[in-house]
Amino acid sequence: MDVSLIRSVVTVFSLLCFLGIVYWAYSAKNRKLFEDAGRIPLEEDDLPEASSGPNRDQGK
Amino acid sequence: MSSQATYNYKVVRQFAIMTVVWGIVGMLVGVIVAAQLVWPQLNVYEWLSYGRLRPLHTNAVIFAFGGCALFATSYYAVQRTCHTTLFSPALAAFTFWGWQLVIVLAAVTLPLGYTSGKEYAELEWPIDILITLVWVSYAIVFFGTVATRKVTHIYVANWFFGGFILTVALLHLVNSAEIPVTLWKSYSAYAGAQDAMVQWWYGHNAVGFFLTAGFLGMMYYFVPKQAERPVYSYRLSVVHFWALIFTYMWAGPHHLHYTALPDWTQSVGMVFSLILLSPSWGGMINGIMTLSGAWHKLRTDPILKFMITSLSFYGMSTFEGPMMSVKTVNALSHYTDWTVGHVHSGALGWVAMISIGSIYYLLPRLFGQKEMYSVKLITAHFWIATIGVVLYIASMWISGVMQGLMWRATNADGTLTYAFVEAVKASYPFWTIRVIGGLMFLSGMLIMFYNMIKTIAGKKPYNAPVVAPMAAAA
Repeated sequence: MDVSLIRSVVTVFSLLCFLGIVYWAYSAKNRKLFEDAGRIPLEEDDLPEASSGPNRDQGK
Repeated sequence: MSSQATYNYKVVRQFAIMTVVWGIVGMLVGVIVAAQLVWPQLNVYEWLSYGRLRPLHTNAVIFAFGGCALFATSYYAVQRTCHTTLFSPALAAFTFWGWQLVIVLAAVTLPLGYTSGKEYAELEWPIDILITLVWVSYAIVFFGTVATRKVTHIYVANWFFGGFILTVALLHLVNSAEIPVTLWKSYSAYAGAQDAMVQWWYGHNAVGFFLTAGFLGMMYYFVPKQAERPVYSYRLSVVHFWALIFTYMWAGPHHLHYTALPDWTQSVGMVFSLILLSPSWGGMINGIMTLSGAWHKLRTDPILKFMITSLSFYGMSTFEGPMMSVKTVNALSHYTDWTVGHVHSGALGWVAMISIGSIYYLLPRLFGQKEMYSVKLITAHFWIATIGVVLYIASMWISGVMQGLMWRATNADGTLTYAFVEAVKASYPFWTIRVIGGLMFLSGMLIMFYNMIKTIAGKKPYNAPVVAPMAAAA
């Protein structure tokens, strides 16, 4: 098997792999999974409890 | 319900503050080298000459400013989205002090003239080894945190940060393979066209993974947080990530059009650069459309202004890049100021602006505050920075195209119409405009520094308690 054939096979395999990822990402049964995943950063509040002191802008 | 455990904000704080400090240093050196092109008398000592300061500028803005921003934001996002504190606080502290040592060593050795001569990888071999140690520690801390996460799903921002960390490790190890001769001199392990190809495989992927994938991780966490909306399409973000991973690696040869590199390699580089337009724009649209239905927030929130403008510049420079990789366009643009303008549209417009927005988001939260000392000063920073970038890019476009046209102009008898020095002379007005644009961008960073000091002065460092994941999320 010569090296050019291996290169072609790897290229085609990579493309199929990518198309598989696209199918997986957009398949209807995974809709909820990804919608939930998108909310991960918003599911927790990272604002500190303590309130700030008077702010320069508000002072004016 | 909440336990006593807190997130490791200390290392995030350290990196966030140093982002602003190194931003000022790196951009100041940039303004100095820009001024040296207009007033050559400013090349006073050999260690303050253009040739030695220019690599200091690029290293300082990419690895000191950009690097600290990436460390700060990735450490913050990975802890919060994995609902666990950083893996190995000792190694995390080592990444901070080790990285600062790398930066200081760069700031000393580059002006002294110690360089391996490889663009964006100029640092000599002892520093390369230190970089490797810091980077491996970074990978252990980051992936260790991901491995000990309390939720099932690994949020997309962490995929981008992880891809960036792994790829940069690979790029650094391969491109920095060198044979030391003395303590401060080494020679590349590669020769000739191979050396050039390895260098630009590294160079372009430093752009693709250090300056793109890492900052896209920032975008996928901080834009939804600041907009208080989930990313426009999470599915698109998954495809975006893998499309970028599959294509970016092959674009490097477009830096070597019309050189000793084999023609087919140049064409492969060009084709993959053109393909890259789709993942780039997919990502840009995904980021900007996150605001769909909440565009009004853009009017009042200068942090969102920074983030959305950065995405616009990302879209602009990732359209310009593939166009410039087309061989016929490259024949005009290469070696001219157009390239410099393109780089700064990405570096100032995209990388710096998304970092500035994210750091403004972070700073108050790291010191127990609800917002920055002055939101108005953020708005002022935004406008002065935006006008500065536009002046910079527009002047470089004009001088770049002008230089390209002057260099290629020939008389009827085949001789060159212009001597090289005539193109240099014609460039002066545009180089002056560039100094003004750069000065404006630097002034914005000084405003940010003042705002930062006012926000954190006298405030206790704050470490937020670790939040337990919602039951539904698992």
